[in-house]
Amino acid sequence: MSDATVPVQDATESRTRHVLRTTFASWPAKLSLVVLTLALACAIAPSLIAPRDAFLQDLSLRLLPPAWEPRGQALYWLGTDQLGRDTVARIIHGARITLLVSVLAVVVSAVIGIAAGLAAGFYRGLTDAIILRLIDMQLAFPLILLVIAVVAVVGPSLTNLVIVMGLSGWPRFARIVRGSVLTVRHLEFVDAARAIGASQFRMMAHHILPNIMSAIIVYASFEVARMILLEATLSFLGLGVQPPTPTWGGMISEGRRYVNQSWTVAIAPGIAIAAVILAFNILGDALRDALDPQLEDRT
Amino acid sequence: MASYILRRLLLTLPVLAGIVLITFLLARLSGDPTDLLLPPNATDEAREAFRSVNGLDRPLWEQFVTFAIKAVTGDFGTSLRFEQPAMQLVLDRLPATAELAAATMVIALSIGIPAGVIAATQRGHMADGLIRAIMLLGQAVPSFFLGVLGIIVFATWLRWLPTGGRGDWSQLVLPATTLAFNLVALIARVTRSCMLDVLKQDYVRTARAKGVWESRVIWLHALRNAFIPVLTVIGLQVGLLLGGVVVTETIFSWPGVGRLAIQAIYARDFPVVQAVVFVFAVIFVLVNLVVDLLYALLDPRIGYR
Repeated sequence: MSDATVPVQDATESRTRHVLRTTFASWPAKLSLVVLTLALACAIAPSLIAPRDAFLQDLSLRLLPPAWEPRGQALYWLGTDQLGRDTVARIIHGARITLLVSVLAVVVSAVIGIAAGLAAGFYRGLTDAIILRLIDMQLAFPLILLVIAVVAVVGPSLTNLVIVMGLSGWPRFARIVRGSVLTVRHLEFVDAARAIGASQFRMMAHHILPNIMSAIIVYASFEVARMILLEATLSFLGLGVQPPTPTWGGMISEGRRYVNQSWTVAIAPGIAIAAVILAFNILGDALRDALDPQLEDRT
Repeated sequence: MASYILRRLLLTLPVLAGIVLITFLLARLSGDPTDLLLPPNATDEAREAFRSVNGLDRPLWEQFVTFAIKAVTGDFGTSLRFEQPAMQLVLDRLPATAELAAATMVIALSIGIPAGVIAATQRGHMADGLIRAIMLLGQAVPSFFLGVLGIIVFATWLRWLPTGGRGDWSQLVLPATTLAFNLVALIARVTRSCMLDVLKQDYVRTARAKGVWESRVIWLHALRNAFIPVLTVIGLQVGLLLGGVVVTETIFSWPGVGRLAIQAIYARDFPVVQAVVFVFAVIFVLVNLVVDLLYALLDPRIGYR
C-alpha cells in the first residue's frame, strides 16, 4: 500500500519474512488480516463461535430487530429472520459455505490454469495456439450466465458448484501463467537446467513454476474474492447451496422481503460479503506491492 | 486497414464456432437433452418422436452439425413456456437490455473517468484517498446487495424511486446506478493508473513548459492518450455488464434478456437459455471486435500490424 513506509530488507532476513513484513506494514492490510482470520475461524468452527444454534427455529421470536432498537432483544444482537433464527449465528455459519466453495473453486481453477498456462508458454507452437483459442472461447461467455446455466442443468450441490465455478476460472489463471512463463523461459537458470539435461517436466515443475509462483499467489488472492462474489450471486438467485444451510447470498435473498420488520436480516450478510471481499482485495494489493515493488509507482 | 479488419474478423470465427459448441454441449451436460427440451410431463411416445424429429438418435457429431446450422440462422427451437420461437423472445427483450446497458455506461463513464483523472492529478491527497476507497468498495460490494440496498433506502424508506419495472426514466435510475457502481470503480482505477503513466511523459512536460493551461494539459493532452487502454478495459468489461444485467434485471423486474434468462432457467425452458447464452456471447465477441478496431483507429502507432 502506498501510504505505508516500505520496510527495507536487511541482510539476515529471509525473503518470505521480508515479503510478509512488507505486506502487513499498512493498517488496512493488518485490518484485512484480522477480518480474514475471523472469517476463517467462523468457517472452521462455526458451532464453537456462534452464540446460538443457527438452525433453531422459534416463531415467537421471528423478525426481531437488532438489539439496539426498542423492540430488539439483548441476546439477539442482529435480530432474527422470518423463522426466528439468530442472524449472527447464521452469518457465522454462512462463512463456512462461502469460503469453502470459493477457495476450493480457486484451487480447481489454479490446477487446470497452471497446467494449461505452463504447457502453452513452455511448448509454444500448436499447443499454445490450441490453448489460447480455448481461453478465448471460454472468455467469450459472460461468466455468470454460463455458470448459472450450467448449475441449472447439473444441479446446485456443493460439489457441482465447486467444479462449475472452478472450471469457469481456469482461463484467467492460464493467461497469467502463460505470460509469466514467456518472460522466464529464456532466462539463464532455465537454459542452465536444460544444459545439464533436466527433463521438460523437471524444468517446468522445479525451475519455471517456483519462479512464477508470486504472480500466481497474488492473482489467486483476487480470484478468491471474485469467487466469493460469484458464490454469493448464485446463492442469491437460489442456485447456490440449498436451504436450510445458511449462505450469505441466500440470507440477503430471503431477508429482502422482510426489511420493513428487520432490516439487519438482509443488510448484515451483505456487509459480511463486502468485508471479506474487501479484505482479500486489500491483501492482494499489498502482496503484489511487496512482491513487485516496481509496481508501487503506479498505485 | 481492410486487411487488418479481415484478419481480425477471421480470428473471430473460431471463437464463434466455440460459442456454438459450448451452447450445444450445455443441453447435453445432463445426458439426454430431451429432459431439458421437453416439459417434464411429456410422454415416452412424445420423447421418442422428439428425438427422431430433432435427430437426437443420431451420432453426436451429426447432431452438432445440425445444431450449428440452425444456430447460425437463429433457430434455437420453440420456448416451452411461451410457445414462441426462442430467438424471437430474446430479440424482443433486447431493446430493454440495451437501454439499461447504455444508461449504465453513460453513468459509469461520466463518473469513472473524471474520478480517475482527479485521483491521478491529486495523487497522495485526500481526494485521491477518498476515490481509491470508493474504488475498493465498488469492487467489493456485490451488485445484487447494492440493488437490494437501493430498493430499501430509495424505494421503501424514502419513497423517491419505484422498486422496479420499465417505463419512465425514474424506473431506470436504480437499476442503472446499481449496475454502474462496479464499473465506475473499475474505470476510475484504470484511468488513474493510465493517467499516472501519461503524466510522466515528455509531451506533457513540453506542453506545460510551453505554458499551456494545466486543465488543458490534463483533460486534453493527457486524457486523450490515457483513454486508449481505458477503452480496451471497457470492451473487456462488457462481459461483466452482460452478466450484471442478469442479476440486476431480476432484482428490479426489468423486462430484458437477463430477466428472461433467469425465468427460463427456473422454468427449465432450455431453448430460451441456449438462445440467451448464444446472443450474449455473440454480442460480447462483436463488442470486443469493435473495441479492437477502434483501438487501432485511435492509436496510429499500432498501424494495423
